[in-house]
Amino acid sequence: MIALIIRDLKISVRAGGGFGLSLAFFFIIVIFFPFAIGPDLDLLSKVAPGTLWLGALLACLLSLERIFALDFEDGTLDLLATSSLPLESVVISKALVHWLTTGLPLVLLTPFFGILLGLQNNNIIFLIISLIFGTPALSIIGTFGAALTAGMKRGGLLLSILVLPLYIPTLIFGAEAARRGIQGFETQNSILLLLGVSLLSWAILPFAAASVLRINLR
Amino acid sequence: MKNGHAGILRGPNGVGKTTLLRALAGLQPVEAGKIKCSLEDICYSGHADGVKPTLTVQENLEFWANIFSSPSISEVAEKFMIIDLLNSKVGNLSAGQKRRVGLARLGLTGRQVWLLDEPTVSLDETSVKIFGNIIKDHLSEDGCALIATHIDLGLENRAQIFDLLKYKAASGELSNSNEAFL
Repeated sequence: MIALIIRDLKISVRAGGGFGLSLAFFFIIVIFFPFAIGPDLDLLSKVAPGTLWLGALLACLLSLERIFALDFEDGTLDLLATSSLPLESVVISKALVHWLTTGLPLVLLTPFFGILLGLQNNNIIFLIISLIFGTPALSIIGTFGAALTAGMKRGGLLLSILVLPLYIPTLIFGAEAARRGIQGFETQNSILLLLGVSLLSWAILPFAAASVLRINLR
Repeated sequence: MKNGHAGILRGPNGVGKTTLLRALAGLQPVEAGKIKCSLEDICYSGHADGVKPTLTVQENLEFWANIFSSPSISEVAEKFMIIDLLNSKVGNLSAGQKRRVGLARLGLTGRQVWLLDEPTVSLDETSVKIFGNIIKDHLSEDGCALIATHIDLGLENRAQIFDLLKYKAASGELSNSNEAFL
């Protein structure tokens, strides 16, 4: 399992690995947003948590298709399925790599992007906390969606349609937690619910994704 | 089939050689009949090599060696004549060289039953001969192999030929109607 994680990390940072794709996309959204909204700092800092969350979600969506597509095409998935490594572990490794290459960098860059959107320093911490707890859910739900569409060529559209409704709870609780924190309300409930969504998806979806993969490999 | 013997699957395209091999490897459900061999003993090799173009040969082999927890790759690399290629990226290799890297995985698995689907595609004559010898070695180490191929691997009396044409599955009405929908 560790071998698989290391190999996928290696591939993602090599040429054409797609490591920079989501980050660049996130960056573009955050840079262009103030241009579109106008220079009103009050308004910007009000919509900033929602914008950053939406940006993270869309950036995540952009890189989902690659999770299984490449391994499916070159036969690696067949070989992994016949190896002694259970497919559930393959799914967990893939989701973990996806989080390490999209979720984690987004979290790390949030302080910088928060400033671009006019957030106060002490408010950025709420965004970081909500993104740390929320992005793992985005990765594992997305991996499940990628497993559903693994056998398809250009399944990106279907994948987005399948995954978007599943992302709604994460988005609601995540953006809510950040917004409440910034406005000075207590955030405990939304953060706990967000954490709940993440933990529940990581507990259930690897099994669902693995059984879907088995069907798709037939 | 006994240990130390090979089965050669023959038959025209579309007769079900790949389907049979994939079913034996546990990738497809079996309609009828039983597979007595444990899945842990079976090593499947399909049309696709499962090697990553952006990694070097060594990195690819090390990955599979780790997955199958096998100790060293240098011995296998020498056997399959890819020792000189270890540091080149797979994306830069020719189709035949890439195929050899894919087949080298067989040596890393340490499993007894090899299921090979057209293993010699894009290999040159010498490589085919070498690969035939590797299979012979594997057979004499008490392994066995089931190979779908159209060419002679030089296995002589060790190989038993199964012609699948006789057993071709009659396409039922159900599958026809399914295809009509697609």
